[in-house]
Order: sequence, then C-alpha cells, then structure tokens
Amino acid sequence: MQWLNVILQGVLIGGLYAMFAAGLSLIFGVMRLVNIAHGDLIVLAAYVALLVTQALGVDPLTSLLLVVPIMAIIGYALQRGLLNYTLGDDLLPPFLVTFGLSIIIQNGLLELFTADSRKLQAGAIEIQTFEVMQGVWIGVLPLIQFAVAVAVIAGLQVLFYKTALGRAFRATSDDQAVAQLMGLDTRHVFAMAMALSLAVIAIAGVFLAVRTNFDPAIGPARLIFGFEAVIIGGLGNMWGTLVGGVILGVSQAIGAQINPGWQLLAGHLAFLAILALRPQGLFPKVSG
Amino acid sequence: MPDPLLEVRAIDAYYGDFQALFGVSLRVNAGEVVAVIGANGAGKSTLLKSIAGLMRPKAGDIIFDGEPIGAAPAFAVVKRGIALVPEGRRLFPSLTVEENLLIGGQSRRPGPWTLDRVYDLFPVLAERRHLPAPALSGGQQQMCSIGRALMSNPRLLLCDEISLGLAPIIVRDIYARLPAIVAEGLALIVVEQDIAQALKAARQVYCLQEGGIALQGPARELTREKISAAYFGV
Repeated sequence: MQWLNVILQGVLIGGLYAMFAAGLSLIFGVMRLVNIAHGDLIVLAAYVALLVTQALGVDPLTSLLLVVPIMAIIGYALQRGLLNYTLGDDLLPPFLVTFGLSIIIQNGLLELFTADSRKLQAGAIEIQTFEVMQGVWIGVLPLIQFAVAVAVIAGLQVLFYKTALGRAFRATSDDQAVAQLMGLDTRHVFAMAMALSLAVIAIAGVFLAVRTNFDPAIGPARLIFGFEAVIIGGLGNMWGTLVGGVILGVSQAIGAQINPGWQLLAGHLAFLAILALRPQGLFPKVSG
Repeated sequence: MPDPLLEVRAIDAYYGDFQALFGVSLRVNAGEVVAVIGANGAGKSTLLKSIAGLMRPKAGDIIFDGEPIGAAPAFAVVKRGIALVPEGRRLFPSLTVEENLLIGGQSRRPGPWTLDRVYDLFPVLAERRHLPAPALSGGQQQMCSIGRALMSNPRLLLCDEISLGLAPIIVRDIYARLPAIVAEGLALIVVEQDIAQALKAARQVYCLQEGGIALQGPARELTREKISAAYFGV
C-alpha cells in the first residue's frame, strides 16, 4: 500500500513536470529555440500570481484568469522585441540570449522580492484528500493539477493538429520561406508560439507555487525537469511529454521513499537510463 | 499600351556580394502568360523570388497594380495577389495534402479558387487529401503546390520550373491544365528550362543570360536560332 501511494503521488507530480516541459517542447518544435530562461519564466509567473493574489485577494486558481493572459502578453512581446532577432541558421545566439535573460530574470526578482521563500496559499483545498481504496490516499490539489496537465496537453494537441494557428505553427516549422509565401508573417507566428508557451508556463508556475515554496533561484532546476521530461518522452510528441513527466515524477518519488536524499538523483538516473538505452526518447515524433 | 499588371524596372539583385540580376526589366499584362527561359544560374529563380518578396532588390522598382512592392515582405506580397509555386515544389511535409491547400488560402483573398475548385482541377488530390504531402508522387506534389498557390486567389501566378524532375507525360498533363487556370483571368509567369513547353504556353518570352535580359519578344516571332544564341550566349 505504501508503495502504491508513493507511485500515485509520483504520477500526479508528473503532470506538473509535463507542464514545465510542454512549453519548452513547443518552442523548440516551432522555431528551434532552446529557451534556457524557461525555468525562470515559470518562477516569474509564480511571482506574478503572488502579486495578483495579494492585490485582488483572490485564491491562486482564480488568479490564473489574469496570470495566463499577462504571461502570454509578456511572451508575445519578448519574442517580437528580442528573440526574433536572434533566430537564424545558428542555434547559438538564441541559446546565449535566453541564458542572459535567465540571469536577468533571477536578479530582477531578487531585487524586487528579496531571496525570501514565498508560497501561494490556496486554503483548505491544499490539505483535502480522499481515500480511493483502503490505505491509498489522493490529495485533491495534486489531482486537480494532474487533470489540468492532461487538459493542457490535450488542448495543445487539438490546437496543433486541428486549428489554423496549429497549421501555421507546423508549416513555419517545416519551411519558413515558403510559409511566408502563404501569407504568414513568421515573426508573428513565432510570437504567438511564445505567447502560448508562456500561457502554459503561467499555469505550471501557479501550481508550482501552491505546491511548494519558491524563491528567485529555483528556476534552473525546473528547466532541467522540463528538459528531462521532453527527452524521456521523445521530442515533438506532446503525449510523450506527459509520459516523460510521469516517469520523472515516479522515479523521484521512489527514490525519495528509499532515501530522502535520493529524490533528485533517482529522477536524473531514470533520465540517463532512457538516454542511454533509447536516445530518441520513448515516443519520438514519427511525422507531423 | 494599357498599364501592365506587373512592371519590373531595371532591378539588381544580390546574394551577399554576388550579383545575380543586372538591370532586369519585364512587363506582364493582366491575363497574359509570360515565359522566362534561360540556362541554369541565369537568374530566373532570383527574378521570381524578387517579385514574390523573398528577396529585396538592391536597385530598381517592382510595380504591381500601380503600387511599388519591391520592399514588401513575401507575406504582404501574397496578400496583394502574387503567388509563387516554388522550385522543387516545397510542400510542407508535416501537413496533409488538404492542409497544404488550406494554408495556401490563409491570406483569405476572395476569388474563384476554393478547395473544391482545386480538387476539380486536380481530382487525384481529392482522393489523397488526407495523406501526408510526402506520400504523393512527384507530379501529384507539383499539382498540390500549384493548387496551394491558387488557393490565395492570385492575380499573378509565378511558376518556377514546374517541369523539373517530372516525366514528360506528367509535364504535358500539368501544362494541359494551365489554360483552365488562365481562363480565370490571372496572369502567369512560367520559368522553364524546357523551352518547347514554355514557348507553347506563353505569348511573351524573356530569355535571361548571366543575370541580364538577352532576348525578349512575342513567342511566335522568336526563332530557334535567336533563342539558342540568347540562351547559350554563342
């Protein structure tokens, strides 16, 4: 029973990791940009949510109604005003610029909010649980978090394969020059992709901030979790990313159960094992 | 003479330091078919890319429908009514046949061309609408690429080497559809290495040689000798 509990908690936290990963995967897929600032943007979203909840007195989940559009606008502006200028045949410039951005965000948050740990308070829902079977308990909040993650992945999947915007993303990813011949302004398409990525980041950031303490320095570790989930699942496959997140979450939970110091190590080991045995990931993109 | 639909006035185009076009001028009237011929590297594709907005000419003007478009980016040019069928077809491999056509209609210009009309023109595409684009044969891909360009309801269609790498029977088949396309009133520039095909389809012919116009005139007045002299520069 104890192990079942552990694995279940791991699965549920995997949803959060999948949300860290989804935006990362989306941006790499559309514009071959490795966003090193991704983790710090998650933390930025958490602080935006902190401001919104404090200013309006709403609970964190309600604050998403504001935090998601705010982050999406930041994403659009960031891409149009900065990152579009770094894109080209060379992968290095966007890599370096987002690395710099990561440092700027961390230090900016440190100046504004100090290094104190913060947390979003979601109230009674944080500790509500129910017993699914004898001795197996599930928290309401982790369950909501996982359900939201599944909905986000499903939503991205529908958007990518059933809408005009998704078609534009895929076409631009295939061939930028010809996409322009179709009347697509690729600068706008890229900015929409970044806006979408940061909208997902906003959701991930709020759930992260409800779950644990956060401070300006925790971004890079979230970036690593996101990367690992993407690689485990296979690049370019959204459902694979969810599976990748779950595998990472379960590995960490099992590691922590054996020895609390092994939580992160176990996740990294699972990642390394998959990278060694199946470098293309579990569900690599076949086509499309 | 009526105002032409497209007027290219003495453009120079460069790839980096390499000059690909030297003062090229060209006129296309509404509804007219113009052929641009020339050997490999003569600047044919560069001319089409400049018109379509994929390259910005360093000197000269491109006037479309009375307005300069030389500095406009490709996505703006297509909205004004110029569509390019690029060399090598360049379908989007991640998209299905139908999605390729739909994205061609992304610019939402009104006009006669719809998904159904393209399927009427190329029925084989309708049968294969849900397949990924790379599953089509070369000729079918070319049809899809032409259909994709038509979906933007252009007033001027630019076709870059549509016969390249295709069997002669397929090329004849595709060229046989051109009259049906021109019948909708759009003007056409075909770039070809296949001179016979180009001369048959076009009224006006321009021959490029090393980035300049070596010969121009009505298709029926150009003799084989004149063309080969202009083509090879001998």
